[in-house]
Amino acid sequence: MSTETSESATSPPTQPPSAPSRRTFIATTSVAGGVIAAGGLTAGSSLLGADEAAAADTAPSSRVSLTVNGWRHTVTVDNRTSLLDLLREHFGLTGSKKGCNAGACGACTVMVDGHRVNSCLTLAVRLEGAEVTTVEGLAEGDQLHPLQQAFIDQDAFQCGYCTPGQIVSGVGCIQEGHTGSAEEIREWMSGNICRCGCYVKIVRAVEQATGRK
Amino acid sequence: MSPQPQAAVGAPLSRVDGRLKVTGRAKYAADHEPEGVVHAVVVDSSVGRGRITGIDTRAAEAQPGVLKVIHHRNAPELPYGPNPGSLNLPGERLRVFQDDQVRFHGQPVAAVVATTLEAAQHAASLVKIDYDAERPATDLTEAPAAGEPRTYARGDAEAALRDAPVRLEMTYRLARTHHNAMELHATVAQWEGERLTLWDKTQWVQSPRDELAANFGIPAANIRVISPFVGGAFGNAARAWPHLTIAALAARETGRPAKLVLTRRQLYFGVGYRPSYEYKVRLGSDRRGRLTAMTHDLRSETSGYETFAERGVIVPGQMLYTTPNVSQTHRTVPLDVNTPTPMRGPGYSTAAFPIESAMDQLAAELGMDPIELRRRNEPENDQSSGRPFSTRRLRECYTVGAREFGWDRRNPKPRSTRDGDWLIGTGMATALYDTLRAPGQASVRLDADGAALVESSTSDMGPGTYTSMTQVAADALGLAVRNVTFRLGDTNMPTAPLHGGSLTMASVGSTVQDGCDKLRQQAIELAVEDARSPLYGVDAGDVVVRGGRLHVRDNPARGETYRQLLTRNNREYLEATGSWTPGQSRSSMFAYGAVFAEVAVDARLGLVRVRRMLGVFDAGRIISPKLADSQAIGAMTGGIGAALLEHTVTDHRDGRIVNANLADYLVPVNADVPDLKAIYVDGRDDEADPLGVKGLGEVVLVGVAPAIANAVFHATGRRVRELPITAESLL
Repeated sequence: MSTETSESATSPPTQPPSAPSRRTFIATTSVAGGVIAAGGLTAGSSLLGADEAAAADTAPSSRVSLTVNGWRHTVTVDNRTSLLDLLREHFGLTGSKKGCNAGACGACTVMVDGHRVNSCLTLAVRLEGAEVTTVEGLAEGDQLHPLQQAFIDQDAFQCGYCTPGQIVSGVGCIQEGHTGSAEEIREWMSGNICRCGCYVKIVRAVEQATGRK
Repeated sequence: MSPQPQAAVGAPLSRVDGRLKVTGRAKYAADHEPEGVVHAVVVDSSVGRGRITGIDTRAAEAQPGVLKVIHHRNAPELPYGPNPGSLNLPGERLRVFQDDQVRFHGQPVAAVVATTLEAAQHAASLVKIDYDAERPATDLTEAPAAGEPRTYARGDAEAALRDAPVRLEMTYRLARTHHNAMELHATVAQWEGERLTLWDKTQWVQSPRDELAANFGIPAANIRVISPFVGGAFGNAARAWPHLTIAALAARETGRPAKLVLTRRQLYFGVGYRPSYEYKVRLGSDRRGRLTAMTHDLRSETSGYETFAERGVIVPGQMLYTTPNVSQTHRTVPLDVNTPTPMRGPGYSTAAFPIESAMDQLAAELGMDPIELRRRNEPENDQSSGRPFSTRRLRECYTVGAREFGWDRRNPKPRSTRDGDWLIGTGMATALYDTLRAPGQASVRLDADGAALVESSTSDMGPGTYTSMTQVAADALGLAVRNVTFRLGDTNMPTAPLHGGSLTMASVGSTVQDGCDKLRQQAIELAVEDARSPLYGVDAGDVVVRGGRLHVRDNPARGETYRQLLTRNNREYLEATGSWTPGQSRSSMFAYGAVFAEVAVDARLGLVRVRRMLGVFDAGRIISPKLADSQAIGAMTGGIGAALLEHTVTDHRDGRIVNANLADYLVPVNADVPDLKAIYVDGRDDEADPLGVKGLGEVVLVGVAPAIANAVFHATGRRVRELPITAESLL
């Protein structure tokens, strides 16, 4: 029954966490109640909300500490919760999107410990000590990440729904060095579907941010 | 009124909502989280037809966090009154949880509401339902048509075919395809007494409002629909599908706001799709390639409870090419499936594949260039109505396209070009889509600080409504783009038509321009009648506004800013309401295009890769060139899917869609798409609307699949008459 949000000692926050959702808030205040779980498993699930406390008596849950966009969270979470649902439904970080919930579309792409992953396929409880970066964590204050700016410049999106995943994936693609040619970018950006069909411009945006253009 | 200088319209602006979208702060339906929200998950039928004989919800209800399991045995009887909304079809719409009948595989049969998504999902898997199942009819090729066909005839097609020196007869098949927008359909419903708020994925906020008002028997005025961002839709969020009623029911039954997000799998039967077709063509021509007759006999799938027929599918056969004798029948075949719905370029893109493939085949038969064949059949007027075309720059599209694509370098002989194992071919096709327009309203407010707010309840599913409306408003008000804010997607705003059918720019754009013109005029009149204004006494018709400053057209030094004018007159703001209603037109109005494709086909594997594409379009005036380019390139990408990848596979034994996911229903990914190019030919259509636009979101898709199919023929010498063109069909 605990959620603590604090600045990470190692990685300076790029932006404050989003306003705590009611659930996070309840969970956080519950720390003041002094209920500390032992052994990583708790009877209560703080992320389930006040009137869900009874329900949580049997919903298997675990305690996990992870860093999201530079902010450290310690949460007790239903074992079935995906990282995507943790971000969206509990942390209020709705930038990462659910497009298929099966790892086929990439709309939920986030960075975990420097690697791009489908957060819909990642169980939150597996992320003890992990560093997670979502689209909300890319800009430095008002200063957009170069790839975010490139997406705007190249008009690399239309509806914008796949865009957070595309951008995080593009950041990974650049970090991995898979930007040697347009063809290489196409290949390494093919885990992110854009149904509006902006691939041509997504490639140009990745090229722009890489300095190839 | 003096014409306003055009600074924003026509400029290659970046999206005004770009920053929100690249930072993840744009809020889509499922991103809304009202206080105390609970989660609803739909349980869908596992049989394709029959009757529910038993429901056991005990295991589901025993799950921690489950608040309620709703199904036909415990759901309240809903009024489901008539919905006069224009999207309703002949037949009876699906009524959720109102009886024990199963009409198609995947029909909602229950919903679990729980305090967490995890609990709701798991409990939904525990709801046990017994059925008295029958074998469903889901195969278009085997089932009989019902009802009277739509027909059209002019001349005597049978006689003309008999006499034609060249006769062709072909049958084409088009697979069912799904919109598969990236955003899952989602609704958050919140009741406060008899008032309902919906955060919904919709292309038309009035549509869910009217549907739920009818279904729950409450006044439409009690319902507010909010939809600021739509994650793609392509036609699929025009209607209010059954899950909206389930979301509202879940919220009402639990007394909590409820969020319902369909799964990707549920999108294959919970919302509509482009129906599958059999399309039979016969054509006759003389030896010089002039068409004498064409017949079109169509069969398309619909559901057993509603009759859906693409309105536009029979139009191109009546007016695209000079054809003295035409005969058409379109029959719908009711199947045990959910109801289809318009999908990008509805009807026209369906018809384009058979018609443009047939024209390509005729050209090959005659040994004539495909563009030359089309030029020889270019009509002088619309033969279906006898009306003149408002504008039709199709010849120019052919000329520009042929030049830019390098068409004259083409060896006309099929299977004549190789690149290693790859057979190389090029093809082209014509595109058209009618210029739809509808009435709308907008509000405009200009504050004394010189910032304007324009609102209309339209939508932006991706084309860039926010941006293009801002551009129109900025020019009409004489403001910089940064001083104009356009808002949309809320039933509390002035009424706008459906955001679909490429009608938004013409309709809402003209409405916005009207409101802004009125407001600017108000300001000008205020100035010229104000003795303290430098514009006092000037003819109002001689005043223009630029950069927020009103001045005499021929004497820019004489003038003042909006801010000075309003402040001096103690006006906090000026307001105006814009409206526009399209008049009766004497002309035939369409947008046109010519699409060119180069493909490579692996001679041994049958694999088809698109190497390059060019689209040249006559869509009237282009308001927002950067975004218009993205629309065209995006449509070419979607067209690659329709041509080569996308089809729904149904197990006809039980009606289950086998590939109801994005791993098995293939859509184009980045590696499938080469560099693509789009060109819009210059010109406006002043008959269409005050902005001179003809709509572009649909026409850019229409010719893509047939251009690719014709290129595949040119590469291989094989004429595939079925979409998608898969490796199997080429081996």
